[in-house]
Amino acid sequence: MNIRAVAGNARAVPLGLGRRGLLPNFYDVVIFIFIAAAFVALAHGVREMEAPLAKLDLAPVTLDPAQLPEYALRTTVRMFAAILCSLLFTFVVATLAAKSRKAELVIIPALDILQSVPVLGFLTFTVAFFMRVFPGSELGAECAAIFAIFTSQAWNMAFSFYQSLRTIPADLDEVSRHFRQSWWLRFWRLEVPFAAPGLIWNTMMSMSGGWFFVVASEAITVGDVTVKLPGIGSWLALAIERKDVRAVGLAVAAMGIVILAYDQLVFRPIVAWADKFRFEQTAARDRPKSWVYDLVRRTRLVRVIFGAVSSIAATLALVRLRVSARRRPPISRQGSRAADALWLAVVLAATAYALWFVVAYVRTELGIADVLTAGGLGLLTLTRVVVLIAVASAIWVPIGVWIGLRPWAAQRVQPVAQFLAAFPANVLFPIAVAGIVSWRLDPNIWLSPLMVLGTQWYILFNVIAGASAFPTDLREASTIYRLRSAQWWRQVILPGIFPYYVTGALTASGGSWNASIVAEVANWGDIKLKAAGLGAYIADATEAGDYPRVVLGIGVMSVFVVVVNRLLWRPLYRFAERRCRLD
Amino acid sequence: MDAATATAALVEIDHLSHVYRKGGASDVPVLDDVNLTLKDNEIVALLGRSGCGKSTLLRIVAGLMPATSGGVAIEGQRVTAPAAQVAMVFQSFALFPWLTVLENVEIGLEAQGIALDERRQRALAAIDLIGLDGYESAYPKELSGGMRQRVGLARALVVHPKVLLMDEPFSALDVLTAETLRTDLLDLWCEGRMPIRSILMVTHNIEEAVLMCDRILVFSSNPGRILAEIKVDLPQPRNRLEPNFRAMVDDIYARMTARPSGKPGREGLFPGTGIAMVLPRVSPNLLAGLMEVLAAEPYNGHADLPPIAASLHLEVDDLFPIAETLQLLRFAEVEHGDIRMTDAGKRFARADLDDRKKLFAQHLVTYVPLAGHIKRVLDERAGHHAPASRFRDELEDSMPEESADRTLRAVTSWARYAEVFAYDEDSGVFSLENPA
Repeated sequence: MNIRAVAGNARAVPLGLGRRGLLPNFYDVVIFIFIAAAFVALAHGVREMEAPLAKLDLAPVTLDPAQLPEYALRTTVRMFAAILCSLLFTFVVATLAAKSRKAELVIIPALDILQSVPVLGFLTFTVAFFMRVFPGSELGAECAAIFAIFTSQAWNMAFSFYQSLRTIPADLDEVSRHFRQSWWLRFWRLEVPFAAPGLIWNTMMSMSGGWFFVVASEAITVGDVTVKLPGIGSWLALAIERKDVRAVGLAVAAMGIVILAYDQLVFRPIVAWADKFRFEQTAARDRPKSWVYDLVRRTRLVRVIFGAVSSIAATLALVRLRVSARRRPPISRQGSRAADALWLAVVLAATAYALWFVVAYVRTELGIADVLTAGGLGLLTLTRVVVLIAVASAIWVPIGVWIGLRPWAAQRVQPVAQFLAAFPANVLFPIAVAGIVSWRLDPNIWLSPLMVLGTQWYILFNVIAGASAFPTDLREASTIYRLRSAQWWRQVILPGIFPYYVTGALTASGGSWNASIVAEVANWGDIKLKAAGLGAYIADATEAGDYPRVVLGIGVMSVFVVVVNRLLWRPLYRFAERRCRLD
Repeated sequence: MDAATATAALVEIDHLSHVYRKGGASDVPVLDDVNLTLKDNEIVALLGRSGCGKSTLLRIVAGLMPATSGGVAIEGQRVTAPAAQVAMVFQSFALFPWLTVLENVEIGLEAQGIALDERRQRALAAIDLIGLDGYESAYPKELSGGMRQRVGLARALVVHPKVLLMDEPFSALDVLTAETLRTDLLDLWCEGRMPIRSILMVTHNIEEAVLMCDRILVFSSNPGRILAEIKVDLPQPRNRLEPNFRAMVDDIYARMTARPSGKPGREGLFPGTGIAMVLPRVSPNLLAGLMEVLAAEPYNGHADLPPIAASLHLEVDDLFPIAETLQLLRFAEVEHGDIRMTDAGKRFARADLDDRKKLFAQHLVTYVPLAGHIKRVLDERAGHHAPASRFRDELEDSMPEESADRTLRAVTSWARYAEVFAYDEDSGVFSLENPA
């Protein structure tokens, strides 16, 4: 994908930041309690069933290179299954939020918080839950893995779709109503196309994050049960167990090939095709290109197939679902006061119950001391995230600016940066861990960089996008007035790329919190390295099957992420929008 | 009985009023008791300035929004939802950028569930009629503005509406393109080649209305009501330079600048009274510029609005706010399509920059209630500081958020020019001190 397209897309509002208000509102608090209650209920339910988790009788994973292509394929299939689920979720839930005010009040804060929850923590519950649903079958473990990936992907996609639906241009909305399109036709002709660019960008971002989770979710230990689904993640786990450096290298190579292939074969064609959905009335400057897409357009057979598919789609879009726009009164988002009051009462009652449920559960298992411990470890992890993002920024901002201002360099580096962002860093962990072990380094310090190993690239490619979008006339002006280096950085380029930087750093920091769960504890054969932090706390609790501590750890981490978002990123983002916009 | 059937009403608007509701605090009237009958075979213009509610009226007729009271009937059927007998052409063209020209034209037929073959055939016929042959597979972003509006027209005609509604269809186009499109549309209309019976169009361009329409309904602003109904019986094709044409344009200018009867000089220029007056954002440079032009030869302080608009390439919507702001500030008088400078205005035009600022400051504080109010508050406060939000809240009690914002920005920009008070964007605070 080319730089300008990225530049345009990178400016999409990150989840939740475009909204007003820094302080949590009533619904944020309510939703937080609900989510906590859901965790507790799940943990509680799993524990109640005394039976041990059913053991799986899977074909054992081997380190035979001949098996690797199949493992890679299975990993990829899981990935796509999850992305389909996420799309379905997006279409249903985001549409509901955009059309119903009552649903919106609940769904939007829920998405906002769920995307801040460290989804790796979910794994514990989901594995246990799905293995109960499908006892003894591989399907349960597969579902758990797919669900884990889903939880890392769905929220920002849904949010992007929701935002698009809420910002449909008034005139197109009028045309749609004027010609009395049925809601079904309107969905496919107006809403989905309008939302497509943002949704595709977010899907790509989700995919990038998803590789990380697919690797983490294939080989998982909960209590005394270890599940190893055939895939690159399990291959890697086995390689670590056996201290097999060659196998780790093969996994890295396989992962690289898979990501390259999916980028070239799937996403680039989609981006090139979706270019026509970009909502602008001016002719495009340079359009995203894809050789696969060009090939498809030139090949007769493929075109015939695509033509048939699209005509079926067109016929489907024509299905006259009887709840047509004609029957409904003109769209109105106003509700009656009485209904609102009733809704509020229901929400309040349910919240009170959920709160009681959470407190009751936590109090029987854990004391204040545990909360304080988790909080203290959270501060340690927070320190790591802050320091690492600062270090990554200090390194990548100057480099990104240098590259972005030189189109020839940007053209070459940008795809690499995006590739690196998509590459699941946990595949590289064993190499780093082997290094730490052999040089006897302090894990408290040297495990930390693993947290930003995969996420720092978001900073790089956003800064590159920002610098390449920086207007030429402003650059020329600063050259003519011979701005000195310090002044140039302070008054010209840093404000110029600031909105992009905030987007990148926000993504990077969110990803780092998540990564801490796998980065603060690392194994190499029988050697176990551990850094003190909240991530390690959650990882340990997961391994021990200690549900209350997992709930506590996730809860504390969510609070940290939400608070940092509200107090740091949201004000920064609004400042950037207000002061540093160049368009 | 005979007369009734001969001129059957196609669209009947009956005592229609519309109120903009703002969170229950205060209601802003948009349209007030509008009555209108659209008959067969005529083009009617709703002429008025931006914000007079004429576009709202068109949307109510189209069934896109409900009226607060009164109603619209098309062929005797009351309009409660988007009506099948009408089709609309939009100012912004409102084309789907991801659909080709052909698909855009087909969109209304597709919504009706018409089969592909018939759809295609009818769409191609409409494309042919409107002169878009060869562009069927182009995307809107590849077309010029004029071509895009032709797509908009074809899309409207293809559903065979009885009434064509046009919302400022030419105002987003350049002068030349707009004229070509007007002429083409009139040709089609006069030759009876369009499958429609009447056209109802909204415009703020006086000449356009006189050029195209059989009847012109002049709207007043705040709230919008029909000020006058003018029958245009000049034969088609009309010539802009003909004396009758000019006379009619002058006459409409005069009506649009007439003072609302029963109100003293400056009241009623802008909606609202006192500090709650909704002000337009007019740059001080434009005010000074117009005064300079007026004071110089050949006008010598007194001019007809139509020629001055033409010579400055300003549309009604651009010129009127400037002229009326000058009137509010007592630098000029506007009446009967004329603008006449006051003594203060002439003094301003002769003065140098410093004296201009002093004079402007004086008039601003005296004649613009909101400016005087902010100045008084700042004078009274010990620190001579006041947050803008305080005044914004005050304004929002009596006008929509958007108008409040515009009004406050207008006053801020005038006050900055006159150096009456300062505003710090970062902190959102008004103060008396000017930055050193």
